[in-house]
Amino acid sequence: MKSVNFASVAGRGAKALGLILALAMAPQALFAQEPVAAASAPADSAAAAGSYTPMTPTPGIGMPVDGGLNVQQQFSPIGEYGHWMHNGLVWLMVIISLFVLGLLLWVIIRYNSKANPVPSKTSHNTLLEVVWTLVPVLILVGVAVPSIDLLAKQFKPAPKEALTVKVTGNQWFWTYGYPDNGDFEIVSNMLNIPGSPVINNGIREVGSKPWDGPSHLEVDNRMVVPVGEPIRLQITAADVIHAFAVPSLWFKLDAVPGRINEKVLVIEKPGVYYGQCSELCGAKHGYMPIAVEALPRDKYNAWVLAHPGGVIDGKKQAEAAAPAAAPAPAADASEAPAEEATEAAPAA
Amino acid sequence: MATTADHFQAHTDDHGHADHDHKPAFFARWFMSTNHKDIGTMYLIFAIFAGIIGGAFSGMMRVELAQPGIQYLDTFSQWFGGDGADFTSTLHTWNVLITAHGLIMVFFMVMPAIIGGFGNWFVPLMIGAPDMAFPRMNNISFWLTVAGFCSLLLSAFVPGGTGNGAGTGWTVYAPLSTYGSPGPAVDFGIFSLHLAGAGSIMGAINFITTIFNMRAPGMTMHKMPLFVWSVLVTAFLLLLSLPVLAAAITMLLTDRNFGTTFFDPAGGGDPVLYQHLFWFFGHPEVYIMILPGFGIISQIISTFSKKPVFGYLGMAYAMVAIGVVGFIVWAHHMYTTGMTVNTKMYFTAATMVIAVPTGVKIFSWIATMWGGSIEFKSPMVWAMGFIFLFTVGGVTGVYLANGGIDDVVHDTYFVVGHFHYVLSLGAVTALFAGFYYWFPKMSGRMHSELLSHLHFWVFFVGVNMIFFPMHFLGLQGMPRRYPDYAEAYTYWNQIATDGYMIMAVSLVIWFINIAYAYTAGKKVGDNYWGEGATTLEWTLSSPPPFHQFETLPVIEDKGHH
Repeated sequence: MKSVNFASVAGRGAKALGLILALAMAPQALFAQEPVAAASAPADSAAAAGSYTPMTPTPGIGMPVDGGLNVQQQFSPIGEYGHWMHNGLVWLMVIISLFVLGLLLWVIIRYNSKANPVPSKTSHNTLLEVVWTLVPVLILVGVAVPSIDLLAKQFKPAPKEALTVKVTGNQWFWTYGYPDNGDFEIVSNMLNIPGSPVINNGIREVGSKPWDGPSHLEVDNRMVVPVGEPIRLQITAADVIHAFAVPSLWFKLDAVPGRINEKVLVIEKPGVYYGQCSELCGAKHGYMPIAVEALPRDKYNAWVLAHPGGVIDGKKQAEAAAPAAAPAPAADASEAPAEEATEAAPAA
Repeated sequence: MATTADHFQAHTDDHGHADHDHKPAFFARWFMSTNHKDIGTMYLIFAIFAGIIGGAFSGMMRVELAQPGIQYLDTFSQWFGGDGADFTSTLHTWNVLITAHGLIMVFFMVMPAIIGGFGNWFVPLMIGAPDMAFPRMNNISFWLTVAGFCSLLLSAFVPGGTGNGAGTGWTVYAPLSTYGSPGPAVDFGIFSLHLAGAGSIMGAINFITTIFNMRAPGMTMHKMPLFVWSVLVTAFLLLLSLPVLAAAITMLLTDRNFGTTFFDPAGGGDPVLYQHLFWFFGHPEVYIMILPGFGIISQIISTFSKKPVFGYLGMAYAMVAIGVVGFIVWAHHMYTTGMTVNTKMYFTAATMVIAVPTGVKIFSWIATMWGGSIEFKSPMVWAMGFIFLFTVGGVTGVYLANGGIDDVVHDTYFVVGHFHYVLSLGAVTALFAGFYYWFPKMSGRMHSELLSHLHFWVFFVGVNMIFFPMHFLGLQGMPRRYPDYAEAYTYWNQIATDGYMIMAVSLVIWFINIAYAYTAGKKVGDNYWGEGATTLEWTLSSPPPFHQFETLPVIEDKGHH
């Protein structure tokens, strides 16, 4: 049981270290990918509007770490609340287990037949029985209060202006629809593992591009979302039940055919967050990972416009992406600051 | 409880010579059996046989999981009639393994051993009854279980969609189990559950009738040994939950074959309905597996502490409470299906309530030992191991009860670790405890205490190495039912596989011990555990006469409570 104790301490240390690392590295990584966009004039960024290079994930962030003991580092407000409660519960579990172990060791030492040749005949003690019924009740009430609060916060409905992303589980890949951005759809397949049979559509092998994350987790097309704003995930399935799960975002919701499950996701930091299908869905259940890439709003917009049919604020644009589209609104949208774009999103 | 071993000494001597003549010939005795002890023995042998197969499947899974990538699964796929070349059908074999392992261990190992085996053997002995109430129904219960097992084994060799065998998980969730798995394999699996379920329902009726009507004169409900209480509660859980499973899988069957759409949204059905029905059975099922274990542990702790069970009434009614509350917590298995937040809050609160009667049991066992004069014979060592391991499984249960926490651990290895702590390390440890407690009574031969202790320690180290690291894997996000994983999960998976090998060695020690007992084991007397063993089975010879208690024992009221 000591290892759990160690787990929470080590986890906290790793979390602090990870935060520092992430803070130090993330902006550089972003800048490196899109050297033109960041500080340039509106006219330049209009030219770059449709460009997008996938982000390179930070090792150990948004993914499991080898020999890891604790929950993954969290990047959503709910995740941080959940992580706090998780730590409390781990302590509770350790203390209760050690308490029972201690009592067992004590009776072994004190009441073995050599130490205590004549057994007592005691078989009742009303006070004791009341105590060991009521104390657990009080502990459980103490657990239930934050637990119910966590649930309430977790399932608060999305604000009206939230961006909607439609997630569909398929055998054995995910599709992501963007109804607020022109209703284009991303098909997301796992990258092939070198030396292994081709998994699904066999796009390419993991590691063949510089931004590829770990094998079994990386996909050809990630689900890209804006960072720091509420995203309304609407999850369903096309065939059997799947489950959309991302451990570092404290998110798991089943994709059930014939139903739309909805939950809000807020990602606090730009980055790539990996997850895997978490409901048995047939032969290749283990081979349909999830990769969520959270980008600042302007980069998200650029990603949207890189797709045929991609729309920001209800306006098509970016000749670079779709030459046939009406040229007029191009400058408009690319100039709009991120905040305004967020407010205007429902109009789309 | 109120009687002592010496009290019935006179009666047993009478039985000794009168009963030898009644034993039928081999075929009639074992294939047309109406004797609760013979049927119990058959259940135990069957459970060991099924356990070897189910355990071998888990070994196949653990070697595959020792490294990331697919190493052995293509070979295993060939064993079930696949060609080993088609990657999809190779992966399908993985799902067949997890499904078969779960179903075999639940329906054909733990339940037959703990209810069919020990229940059949010792409930009539402990209440002073000559046999079960319906001896012929007892026989058909057993043979239906065997038939169900055969149907499940057959299913592995017929098409089940993407490969041979039923690859739906033991939960058989629709629509993966309906339009997601064409071919007869899932139908064979459903048939298997129908047969085993019918057998268990009949067994439950038999136990309830026996316990209510066939207690010896003077044995009131509140004087029954706790093992009998545990089987009584379990029988009610079986009787009330299994028909719901039968209905759910019958609906699966008609969805699959007769065009109904109970669980198909295309026809107005709902896949989540299946999960509600399944878990309305499935949650009581986990108590069905563990409650008789509670009973066994209570008998053993009392015997080797040489003290009556502490808080007998609290212990009995804690089991009743666990049984009742167990019926209203099922949807904590479904937190991620998209239930409303209020429903989740209810199931979070209700689930945590179960920890209270469970805590009462843990503390009462310790209080029974407190002040006792404990002898560390093998059953006692296993029982104390049970208390600790079950506590660990219990606290992770409280953790999982929280709907908000479940979002990160649901369907991960954390859950696998949790339920193996309560089943593989809980129910199975209780089974081994019961085995060493009663094996000399059943066989008349003493096992080796040295080997029994060795078995315990090797098993204890092995299973903890398998299942404790699974908590870490789950917290890190490794999902269940995966044949392959990201490299970051390698470390703990390797340790778990090493643990499996150690656990397997402990089972070899166990088999050697059984062989030793039958070849060189000392013959034992009526009550080989001494003064602490006070229930009625210790008044009989070892093994007991073919028909016992032809003159019913009378339990005197000594003002025990």
